[in-house]
Amino acid sequence: MSFSTSLALSISGLHKTYPKGIEALKGVDLEVSEGDFFALLGPNGAGKSTTIGIICSLVNKSSGQVKVFDVDIDQDNEKTKSFIGLVPQEFNFNQFEPVGEIVINQAGYYGIDRKTASLRAEKYLRQLDLWDRRKDIARELSGGMKRRLMIARALVHEPKLLILDEPTAGVDIEIRRSMWEFLKTINKQGTTIILTTHYLEEAESLCKNIAIINNGVTIESTGMKSLLTKLHAETFVINTDTKIKKLPDSGQYSFNLIDETTFEVTVNKEQDMNSLFSLLSEFDIRVLSMRNKSNRLEEMFIHMVEQGQL
Amino acid sequence: MTLTEQYVAFTTIVVKEFMRFIRIWVQTVLPAMITMSLYFVIFGNLIGSQLAPIHGFSYVDYIVPGIILMAIINNSYANVVSSFFSAKFQRHIEEMLVSPMPNYLILLGFVGGGLTRGLIVGVGVTIVAAFFTELQFHNPLIVIFVTLLTSVLFALGGFVNAMYAKSFDDISIIPTFVLTPLTYLGGIFYSVEMLPDFWQSISYINPILYMINAMRFGMLGVSDIDVTIALGIISGFVLILYSYCIFLLRRGIGIRT
Repeated sequence: MSFSTSLALSISGLHKTYPKGIEALKGVDLEVSEGDFFALLGPNGAGKSTTIGIICSLVNKSSGQVKVFDVDIDQDNEKTKSFIGLVPQEFNFNQFEPVGEIVINQAGYYGIDRKTASLRAEKYLRQLDLWDRRKDIARELSGGMKRRLMIARALVHEPKLLILDEPTAGVDIEIRRSMWEFLKTINKQGTTIILTTHYLEEAESLCKNIAIINNGVTIESTGMKSLLTKLHAETFVINTDTKIKKLPDSGQYSFNLIDETTFEVTVNKEQDMNSLFSLLSEFDIRVLSMRNKSNRLEEMFIHMVEQGQL
Repeated sequence: MTLTEQYVAFTTIVVKEFMRFIRIWVQTVLPAMITMSLYFVIFGNLIGSQLAPIHGFSYVDYIVPGIILMAIINNSYANVVSSFFSAKFQRHIEEMLVSPMPNYLILLGFVGGGLTRGLIVGVGVTIVAAFFTELQFHNPLIVIFVTLLTSVLFALGGFVNAMYAKSFDDISIIPTFVLTPLTYLGGIFYSVEMLPDFWQSISYINPILYMINAMRFGMLGVSDIDVTIALGIISGFVLILYSYCIFLLRRGIGIRT
């Protein structure tokens, strides 16, 4: 599908100082295009959740401007709120209410009549594999189910912008991947998604664009591919079919022997892989399998930390 | 939000509140019935039968309006303070705060919940009272008016308490140390004319005195206070507390950082 160039979210000069003088945001600037799948990353305490809180009117900003689909949150707060669906980091539903009621009531707060709300609740609870648990009290759900419940609740008013603050934290890999597929589907259907996560693999595989916040300021806001091209080097873990007698010591690549059939090699971005394989063949090393040591975004993060940017 | 959407949002909160307190009716509705029955048995029948009539009414007849109103006050207040604080504590108030509902609608929804519980308990206690005395309704319109205003006023009071509360202790301090003494000293069990001049003057500062006397006028046709003044004072308090609640919501005190 083609994306329009209008902005789903525009933030400029966002500042937040908490009453005790803690400056959480010192000038966040951000633009998210309509239809985007956008990653908002940063270390703990960087200001991601405060930024999200301000967008969703849960935190009062000190200064700056926030526009959602070109509507200023200070000018027409009700309208901007109707555009947004929020999946927060912490569980924030009534633990003693039935699952179905939580979703239906949320629709009610947006003025959606009960009949429509019930149909939508069924649709999203089915899609998120919670329909069979609709009559259960929310606290009886597992952690992963609770996360999915919050996604269903955030979608029930069919928002144009879905904000997910670490939606897969503590969720096992199988459910995490099914949630990724679900999010990809609703993004393809036109919902703009902003995601914060500590699983950098998640951000890399899902998101087209990315912003990195640190110490309350935006230090990077670019396309995912563009960011990853800045990656200085990648480390690969290589398995061989026979015992490694000797690793090359050409100085071109940095090798590190892990065990008798496994080694790591770091390849700078200006080096090509063909030369590496040629070199390995010269030393009679046959590659059986090869994988990234860590995902590329993670390496980028580590690189930024080493450079003192984070 | 359009008016229809606002109506849907309002009824969503009220129905949710209704379901909440009905689900735990043994904790919310039943205790008021039992306590008030004990008041009627002990103060009305056992002790009251030994007392001289007040303003021409037997003691049990005289205390019925105040006891009904006391149940309404306690339950309207308790419903909002516990429900709103619990929503704050569990953070599910955020469900409403992220929605496009205007502040006044959130307030009216919770007040509607408090009013609903206050009225249900009030009707229940009235039915219980009918077993102990022959109920009289001198001016039903005033009874309805006072009941609604008083319930709304204390629901608003519960809302203010919940906004400021930071722990479960904070939501029991006001009912225990402010509300209960004011209610008991508001003339439920006596006429202020029976008090010495000094204590009479002090009693006139107590807003609950006006509500109980207005209710008593509606049911029995007697009051220590001019009913018009009483209704004016209750309405004034409602407006002041409503404005204050809206101010608190706008500032986000206790609910937004």
